Amino acid sequence: MADVDKWVYSSVVKDHFMRPRGFLLGEPKEGEFDSYGEVGSLACGDIIKVWIKVDKETDKIKDFKWQTWGCATAIASASAFAEMVMKNDGMKIEEAMNIKPKDIADYLNGLPARKFHCSILADKAFKKAVENYRNKK
Amino acid sequence: MDHAAAAPMDKRVKKAMEPYWTENFGNPNALYKEGLIARSAVETAREDIAKVLGARAKEIIFTNGGTESDNLAIFGITGGMKQNFSRFTLPRSGAGSDATQNFASFRPHVITTKFEHHAVLNSCKRLEKEGFEVAYLDVGKEGVVNPEDVKRALRPETILVSIMYANNEIGTVQPIREIAKVIRDFRKQGAAKQNFSRFTLPRSGAGSDASQNFALPRLSAVFPYFHTDACQAPGYLDINVERLGVDLMTINGSKIYGPKGIGLLYAKNGIKLEPLLYGGEQERKLRPGTENVPAIVGLAEALKIAEQEREKESARLVKLRDYFINRLLGEIPKTVLNGHPTQRLPNNINVSILDAEGESIVLYLDEAGVACSTGSACASESLEPSHVILAIGKPRAYAHGAARFSLGRATTKKDIDYVMKVLPDIIKKLRMFSPVNIKI
Repeated sequence: MADVDKWVYSSVVKDHFMRPRGFLLGEPKEGEFDSYGEVGSLACGDIIKVWIKVDKETDKIKDFKWQTWGCATAIASASAFAEMVMKNDGMKIEEAMNIKPKDIADYLNGLPARKFHCSILADKAFKKAVENYRNKK
Repeated sequence: MDHAAAAPMDKRVKKAMEPYWTENFGNPNALYKEGLIARSAVETAREDIAKVLGARAKEIIFTNGGTESDNLAIFGITGGMKQNFSRFTLPRSGAGSDATQNFASFRPHVITTKFEHHAVLNSCKRLEKEGFEVAYLDVGKEGVVNPEDVKRALRPETILVSIMYANNEIGTVQPIREIAKVIRDFRKQGAAKQNFSRFTLPRSGAGSDASQNFALPRLSAVFPYFHTDACQAPGYLDINVERLGVDLMTINGSKIYGPKGIGLLYAKNGIKLEPLLYGGEQERKLRPGTENVPAIVGLAEALKIAEQEREKESARLVKLRDYFINRLLGEIPKTVLNGHPTQRLPNNINVSILDAEGESIVLYLDEAGVACSTGSACASESLEPSHVILAIGKPRAYAHGAARFSLGRATTKKDIDYVMKVLPDIIKKLRMFSPVNIKI
């Protein structure tokens, strides 16, 4: 018999999807973040926005928040990415820039192949936010 | 809440099928007693179905489902045409050469709509590759085809019109009778003009034998044929083929509380179809292969029940549908109905819930114990959003947020109240971390 209790996605994906971590409620306050990045489009069906606050001394991520409109994997990968970069009081930017879609998928215990390319957007939005941050400086 | 995808098999249907698995397992094509029992079951089912459809038994062809019936209708008609087409375009010696020239300008034409089921849509795309011309009609903002548009699209070389009876996603019911009348009138005109058509114009000497052979001079008198995919219709709409005025009609078992893997094509007496499959002589050589006896018996039983309970069940569901729609639109902000508010199946509710995404809605509802479907790209294998929602002129973001609820025999007001208890909170949550704010 097939395992009917099995969900479409891994239980880790489900957990992040049903109880997403690290999202921003409402609009950011003035000065709350240093930079912002966005990828995706309404037409594609996935949009992610991320905000970062950076410790200027250590170049560590002091805060990372996201908002996502999209499918379960888009939401779960944003939530997973937030957890990854905020571990141990925040990753260094250089280190976080090295997080690849596969790392996020691995963190989530795997994603369906067809979802891999379209719905892992958090790393890309983060790179944009860092780019904006560097340009501002 | 997803009965349009599949309905549970009715217990009465299961009971009717029961004797034909192990007990009466005969091959209907065998000459001995077991075979005759099976043959009799198949033919009784065919007669029962014909009675429901107002058709003759020999006009019913059993297939393995809706998709096959649609394919048989489309390629069955156009396949025969293709044979004529190639026969007459083959280079011939001397005498026929001017006929060949005439025929070179003839490109068979098919009319369908932008929001057909993929069984029809992708078949038509295939036809285009084979050199046919296909017109995909707009369906307006409400998702209802305008018969005038059909009229305008008809051409002397139109061989087939295929328009669904009720849309499977948004449930809108198409004016099949009116469209059938437009087509009938067009044929009558064609018959009157026949003697003057360019194909029968008297030609000098050499061409005369070609016009004799040619099946096409009568093209406008019998063509176009009118096919409708009526898979969503039984149990809710009138499926009498005489009253509808259709030439071909698709029906399948699994949407009507019957078994999966069985369907039928009604093809009006006199219509010549090319088979999709080649083999034995079953189904008048149009569908070879040993008949699926239990499923055929089940389909007949399901169709009879659907017809018997049609009026009562439709009236019950219309009330529930409208109650559900009113609550959805009233209690969840930024929710819009897809498709005509009343010219739709009694069991269909399709809404776009903006700023939330369909797959997420489906999965959150699944977690709450509610099954529904979505037009969102994320939920499809192709990652393309619903062509139906796009066909009614809605932006892609609306398709990504589309949710379809289709009610069934077991659905009660209580079930709807439960959905309305959990859904508003789910949407609130999804919108809480959504960066999108679509303006209506």
